[in-house]
Order: sequence, then C-alpha cells, then structure tokens
Amino acid sequence: MNNDPIPNLTAFDEAALEQAFAALEQQARNAASALNGEADVEAFRLEWLGRKQGRLNDVSGRWLKAAPPEAKKALGVRFNALKAVVEALLDAALGAGPSDAALAAEAIDITLPGTRRLIGAEHPITRTLNEIVSVFAALGYSVGVGPEVETDYYNFESMNFPPGHPARDTQDTLVVANQDRRSLRERLLLRTHTSPVQMRTMERQPPPVRIVIPGKVHRNDAADATHSPIFHQVEGLCVDTNITFSDLKGTLDHAMKALFGSAVKTRFFPSFFPFTEPSADVQISCIFCGGKGCRKCKNSGWIELLGCGMVDPAVFAFAAEKQPAYDPKKISGFAFGMGVERIAMMKYGISEIGQFYAGDMRFLGQFA
Amino acid sequence: MNILTKWLRAYLPGLPVDDAQLAEDLTLRGIAVEGIYPLSEGNGSLYEMDITTNRVDAMNHYGVAREAAAIYGLALPALDFPLPDAKPAAAPFSVRIEAEDACGRFTARVLRGVKIGDSKDWFPGAEVPTYFALLEQKQISNAVDATNFAWLAMGQPTHVFDLDKIEGGIVVRRARKGERLKTLDGVERTLDPEDLVVADHAKALGLAGVMGGWDTMITPATTNVLVEAAWFDPMAVRKTARRHGLHTDASHRFERGADFSAAPLASAIVSRILLANGGYLEGDIVDVQVPSAVARTAGRKPIALALSEVHRILGTTIDADGITAATVEGVLLALGCGLTSQQASEPAWLVTLPSWRLDLEREIDLIEEVARVYGYNRFANTLPAFGEGVQALPWAESEALVRQTMRSAGFHEAIASTFCSAAEAALTAPQPGLVVPLGNPLSEEAGVLRPSLVPGMLNMIAGNLHRDVSDVRLFELGTVFSGTTDKVEERPAVAFGAVGSLPEQSPLHQPRAIDFHDVKGAVEQVLARFLARSVYFDRFPSDAALTPQWLHPYRAARVVAEGVTVGWFGQLHPGEAAARKLKEPVLVGELYLDRLYKLPLRRPVSRDISRFQPVRRDFSLVLDKTIGWEKIDQALAGLQIPELVDWRVREVFHDARMAAGDYSLLLGATFQAQDRTLREEELQSFQERVVETVGKAGARLRT
Repeated sequence: MNNDPIPNLTAFDEAALEQAFAALEQQARNAASALNGEADVEAFRLEWLGRKQGRLNDVSGRWLKAAPPEAKKALGVRFNALKAVVEALLDAALGAGPSDAALAAEAIDITLPGTRRLIGAEHPITRTLNEIVSVFAALGYSVGVGPEVETDYYNFESMNFPPGHPARDTQDTLVVANQDRRSLRERLLLRTHTSPVQMRTMERQPPPVRIVIPGKVHRNDAADATHSPIFHQVEGLCVDTNITFSDLKGTLDHAMKALFGSAVKTRFFPSFFPFTEPSADVQISCIFCGGKGCRKCKNSGWIELLGCGMVDPAVFAFAAEKQPAYDPKKISGFAFGMGVERIAMMKYGISEIGQFYAGDMRFLGQFA
Repeated sequence: MNILTKWLRAYLPGLPVDDAQLAEDLTLRGIAVEGIYPLSEGNGSLYEMDITTNRVDAMNHYGVAREAAAIYGLALPALDFPLPDAKPAAAPFSVRIEAEDACGRFTARVLRGVKIGDSKDWFPGAEVPTYFALLEQKQISNAVDATNFAWLAMGQPTHVFDLDKIEGGIVVRRARKGERLKTLDGVERTLDPEDLVVADHAKALGLAGVMGGWDTMITPATTNVLVEAAWFDPMAVRKTARRHGLHTDASHRFERGADFSAAPLASAIVSRILLANGGYLEGDIVDVQVPSAVARTAGRKPIALALSEVHRILGTTIDADGITAATVEGVLLALGCGLTSQQASEPAWLVTLPSWRLDLEREIDLIEEVARVYGYNRFANTLPAFGEGVQALPWAESEALVRQTMRSAGFHEAIASTFCSAAEAALTAPQPGLVVPLGNPLSEEAGVLRPSLVPGMLNMIAGNLHRDVSDVRLFELGTVFSGTTDKVEERPAVAFGAVGSLPEQSPLHQPRAIDFHDVKGAVEQVLARFLARSVYFDRFPSDAALTPQWLHPYRAARVVAEGVTVGWFGQLHPGEAAARKLKEPVLVGELYLDRLYKLPLRRPVSRDISRFQPVRRDFSLVLDKTIGWEKIDQALAGLQIPELVDWRVREVFHDARMAAGDYSLLLGATFQAQDRTLREEELQSFQERVVETVGKAGARLRT
C-alpha cells in the first residue's frame, strides 16, 4: 500500500474532475484486488475510509474546500460515487473472509451420514384413518365415535340383526364375562363393527346427518396374514330428505378416487347386510395393474374394498324410538363401511396384518 | 356351494352367453360366482358360489337358473317329475303335527317294493351319477342320492325312512325330557325338551330339519320307504342344531327359510328317482299344513309398491328413460312375483310374493330386487346436497396435538392389543379391582380388557429388544377400560416407552443412554400444549399405595396438572424388568388423557421481544442433596422481578472437595428490561436479591 498522497487539484472543469476521480478509483480497485487476509482488509479500510487520515477524508478536505462554488456540486456527486465504490470494495473484501488455504485446513468428510434426530412416525393405521376422514370431511362429514365395549342392542339388534338371526354367525363376537343373567339387549360385548355408532348418532341428533366413524373393532377370529382379531373400520352415514342410491354411488366413487387416484374406477354389486337395503359391495379397479389383471387382484382387474347400502327402514325404526324424525317414509340415507387395515396394506404394500400391532420400530420407522 | 353350468343349461337351454359372461352377470346381480373351474369337454364349468345368507333360494341349480332367466328375460320351464298312478292304500298314512309353531308342513309318501342299489342316470333330468361326479358329491345309495339330488336341483331338503321301522305313523313334536336318539352320524344324543323331532308313535326318529335317525335309516335290506318333505320354522331348527352342535345342508336351508310350497315337488323328485329302480307308490301324498305357517310363508299378504318410492330410494340412472313401470314389472314377474296394478295417479302395484323368497317382506325388499336385476352399475354417480357444517369432536385437536408432540419428541406411534393378562392388569391398573374379564378370551394372555396401556407398551419394547432393535421410542394413544362386567368405562390414555441411547444414530458423537429427564422433557412438552396454571412432578417412594408397582419408586414421577394427577412415568421397576428379561433400563409412562383433555389448549400469544441488551449472570451454588431444583425454582419465581426474564440450571455436579451430602448447581439467570438498557446498579441489586432468596431456600454461594 503505497499510494501517493492526494495531490492538490488545480483545475475543476469536468474533464479534470473525471481524470482525477478515475485515477483514485483505479488506485482503490488495485489495492482491493491485492488484499489477503483480515489484516490487509483492515488496513485498506483505514487507508481509504479512516476518519482522520483516510484518503477520502483528504479528498473532501482538500478538493472540496479548494473548489470554486460553481464546481462544488459536480465534485460532490463524484465524491459520493467514489465513496460508494470504495465501500463496495471493502464489503466484498470483508465477505471474502479467510483465505482458501485457511478454509482447506478445516475440511470435513461430508460423505459421512448426517446425524439424524429420530422423527416419530404416524402409525400407518392412524395415517390411513386420517386420510379417509379428511376425504369425507371435505364432503361435509363430521366425525363420530362410540364405545369399543357395546351392548348387544347397539351392535346387533338395532342394526337389524334380530336375536337368533343367522347373520350374527358371520361376526364371531368377543363378549364380556358374566353376561348370561342379563337380558340379551344389555349384554356387553366388544363391538364387531363401527355400525353401532350409526344408531348412537341418530338417537342423539335428528336428520340431517353426515358422519364418518373411525374406530377399533374386534372379532373372535383366528389371526393369519390378512385377519386379525383386532382391526379398524371407518363407517359412514348420510341421512337427509332425498338421499338416493345414486348419491351413495357418487359419494363412494368420489371418495375412492380421492383416496386412490382419479384414474380409479368403481363398480357396485349386490350384497347383503342386515342394516342396509339395497346393499352393495364396492370394487375398485386394481390399483396395482390398472385393471389389466395381476396377482394382487387375482387376475380379475378388480379389488373388493367396502360394503355399503341404503339404510334399512328397520334401522330407522329403531332410531325413531328416540328421534321420531327418522321416519323412513320421509327421509332416506346411506351407510358404508371399510376396513382400514386392508386399505393401508394396499396403499403401503404391507403383507402381514400382524405388523400393525407388533410395535416393531423397524416397521413403524418406514412411515416417518 | 358349487353349481354346474351343464345342469343350469339343462334348465335354461336358451342361455345366450358363455360360462364366463354368465358368471359375471350373475355376480353383478348379487349371485356371486367366486371361482370358475372349466370341466372336461362337454361338461361346462363348475362355479364356486358365494351366496349371501339372505339368498338361500339361490343355493341350488334351479334357483340360479331363475336368476339367469330374470337377467336375460328368458322363460324358465317349471320342473316336472310326473309320478305313476298309486296303488290304493288301506288308509292314508298317519301324520300329525303337534308342534304347530315349529313345523308348518309335513308331506309323506309311501313307496313299497323299492330296490336299494347304486344310482344311475335314470332318465333325462335325473342324471345322478353324472352330475354327482362333476360336483364331487359322494354317492351313497339310490335312496340317499335321490334326496341329495333333489336338494342340489331345487334346494328342498327331504328325508327317506325305512318304513318298516316306523311304528304307527309320524308325529312332529317337541322331544320329551331325557328322550334319547341315535342320529345318522352315529352319535347317541339326549334330547332337550325344546328340540323339535320327527317321531313315530313310540319314539323319536330324527332331529327335524337337522339330521335323521340311525334306527330308521335306509339299508340295503330296505324295501318300503317313507319320503318326508316338510317345512320347519327357521328358529326352531336353528336352536335344535345349535344345541347339538350340528350344521347340516338341511339345517342350513331351514334356518334361512325354506320354500313352503316346494315339498310336493321335492317329494316327487325323490320318489320318481327311487321308483326308476323298481317299486310302486301306495296311496296319495299325505300333506298336513298349519294355517298360521301358510299365512307367514306361501300365503303372505301382497305388498304395495309405488314407482315413486322406487325413484325416491334409487335416484338417477345413466339411461335417460331410467326405471319405468315396465322395468319394475319385468323384474318382479321374472322373479316369481305376482303383480296387480293399483288405481293411482302414478304407477303402483300390489305384489304377491313367491313362496321361496321369505327374505322379501317389505316394499324396500322389492325395490332392492328392481335395483339388483336392473343392474347397480346402470345408476348414475350423483352427490347429495351439502348438509350442515362439519363439527369437530371436542377433543379432536387435543388428541392430534398429543400425537404430534410425541412424534416430534421422536416417538413412533404404535397400536397394541386391547387385551392383557389378569396378572398384567393387576400390576398396572390405576384402579386395582376394576378390571373387566372377557367371557371368551382369545387366550389367557388376553383374558381381560386392558386397564392401562403399559402392559402393551412393555410387550412392544421387549419385542423390539428381543429382535435386537436397541433404540426404542414408542407411544400408543388408545382406550383403557375399567369397571365391572355390568358397567365398563372407557377412557383415552397415552403410554410411552424408551430404551437405548441418544443421539439414535451418529458416527461422530458419543451416544449416551436415554434417561428419565429425556422422557420428562417429552412429558413436559405434551403438558405445555395445555393451559394449566400449575404443573408439578412428585413421588412417594415410601408409600407403596401411592406409587404404581411397575415403577422404580425413586426414579418415577407423578404428573400433576391443576391439582389433578394426570399420569405417572419413570424407570420400569428393576424387578419387573428382570421378570421380562430386560437388561437395560426401560423408561415408561402413561398419561390419563381424559383428565388432560379437560384443560383448554394453550393458544400462542406473542409478546414483544425486547430490543435491549440481555445480561446473563451465573451463580455457582452449593446445596444439600435433599434440596431439589424445584425449591430454588420456586424461590426465584417468588422474587417477581420483571427483569429476571429467564433462569435455568446450567450444570449439576459433585466434586471431591465437597462434603458428601452436598452438590453443586450452576444457576444461569438472564436479566432484561423491555424499555431500557439495565444499569450496573440495578443489576447489582437484582443479583443480591437472587443470592438472598436462594440462600433462604438452602443454597449458599460457592467460594
């Protein structure tokens, strides 16, 4: 750093100013380009911007004072421009920080794996339940819940499974001990489906009803790859004036497209559930092969996914015992139910239903 | 059950589709074909059917043919088994129905001089060995095969007796107390007075509608036969079958409602096949009917059906014409209904119901038939009008926040069994004694409803460790049960468990064991979601009644919010850990969410961040080990210096120069004002007050 002292200026015309300021700017740029390290940068700052001996201070002290009044404005503009250049050079030099060599000494192995904090995973069942519930929330469905220990009345009788009806055989039931001395209606059991919440909801609330019911259910079934005595369902119920079978079709078609993609097709075929009539099973076009036929859909192109139907008038009659507005001549409705495990297994490629309940960190971690 | 397309086509020669298409068309109309198995050349296919319990009428060949006829608009000829003229009987065979509530019809035919032998393809429409071979139906004798043939053809169970073993005549009655019967399966049974039996004038001959008796069965020596075709009440048969643990083809059909009108035809099929091998009929068929049973089956009152109701329930079709009066009439007539048009402003009918469709009882049942045969997939996809606004459950947000907070703290969500063993329940129930046992548990280990989520959590932790997964962080949010077998209460709870080290996986940092305070941090973060004026942790190491048995009494904490116990957590009791072969310390706990959900959620409120310099001062304190941080913390809170904006423990340690009962605590305090830079004199005064108040709490400055 051996710039000449600031010379005195004798001419103040445009050309002279241009030449003088250009020379200074060049000096500053040359100096800045040679800076190496923090000490150099600080020296540059003091030389150019120092309050007492800085070169810019000299310029303003000598040139501005000596300038005739008519040249002061033009000189001021040029001075400010030069100052901005010097400050920018300083900023750039400061930002450049330590030398490359200094930085190279601090090299680390960036290919080592990152330190990961464990992020807790949402259980695939919770995740699937939430997904289903939010699809229906967007269609105006509230969430309803009910107890896991139910009475025979809510689980069976009010869902139109009369005492002794063969349809009861299809749902092997886990029962609470010591129920024999109670009336059949009051006997306590582990609910075999989420349908009883339909009745509990209607007893509480006159129509209209639009509700989805996620929940845990139990059956006295032997466990295998696709069956578990514990599983989850999402039930839905829509009751209003003028609810039709085509509304049921449209609602579930929309829901399946929302869950599995807009290319999915649905088809409905007759089935039997005591609490709906007409009743239907719903198949979706196979999400693995797009309907061409594969191992997953047993080459049919279709996967059976849920049961549904128009609410049976007998179910409305039970509801009307507490809420007379459930008059099957005036209102109508539909209900549907789906197994959450089955949907989750399909969506995430899970092969063993038992994995849902084992709490295996390796399995659960996949859903983080 | 299985169906032969060869047999179906014998009934419906004009079927316009191949076996695959027929299967699909049937399935889409509720007569589900689960599997199609091609048979040898010229024998069509075998369908494996999955027919719902309400459609017992279609669990036979003629019934499936009836459905196919309805689908394709074909005429289905009636089954015709003409019988030769009978020789006159001296007197009609005696049949009496005593149990009129349970037996609605009983027909009996007497055949004499028959020859028991092997079955043959007797005549067109009775290809017994051909069809049986294709169906893999076992052949027994021409008599028994005839009854099975009738059952497979048209669904009506029949029974053949060795007439010479019958004393007097037939009585259908309830069993007598202690009466004994050896059934065809060779089992000697003691009958219940509720059992319905077919008896003669001396003894029970068979369990009505369930299984025949041993003593009157057909043998090679039989020459005279009584053919029974009857109608029994579904519930009576179901109860009898259940009492004896039997489920037969006959009981299956009767339990679901047999065709009241089918008995004479079924009897004719059996008789004609038997007579094809010799013998003759004696007397007319004896046919005893109970009028009240007729009234609830074949003689049911017609049902009113209006087209407007069909439209109200079914809605919009893809086809613009939709469901017309002609559609309704076509479907119902094909299914065997009778229709009488009603005088009305719009189409309406009185519909008589076929005797074989006891599942049809109401207008809605007819509407379902119309929809089913019309085709579900010919209805449009419409959406209902929007209802009322969506209402969230009151605790939905709290529940979601608990889950989210646990996940953020690094715990995976798990779901465990709803059940546990009685021993696990006794260990973990917050209210011992209020544990609910199951009547038919899946296993002894699942004998009771879980009163706590802790047993499931411990099992899952153990499962991971046994699988060599060493870092475990799990939580479960679920229902716990308490009460008695009369009344069960359900509450939400969240359990959590942790084993292993932190950070979970890093090649660069020395991992350390996860400890009590790591888990406490997660608990505090969950509690911080709620607005509680007071939250504290305490323990009762010497009071066994207050400390859960599953926790280490000196490394466990009760969690109290707003004066209410909301949970317990800490290190698993070493005794329990040893019993479960868990060598590493296990941290486990449970929060009672029903209590937590009563607290409002904390809503974020922003305060202005001071622009003025904060000043940190550290105080090195020496304390007696009996004095916990809580005491210092409370003392500082009691100072109520607004400028004391933060204080925390920076370090806790013990060094050799200190007395054995002492420990050192480095307290960091931060002072900051909202409106000014603090002056040195102010800071000096604050510091003095801090020293003074922690001194009163039992701490002295380290020198």
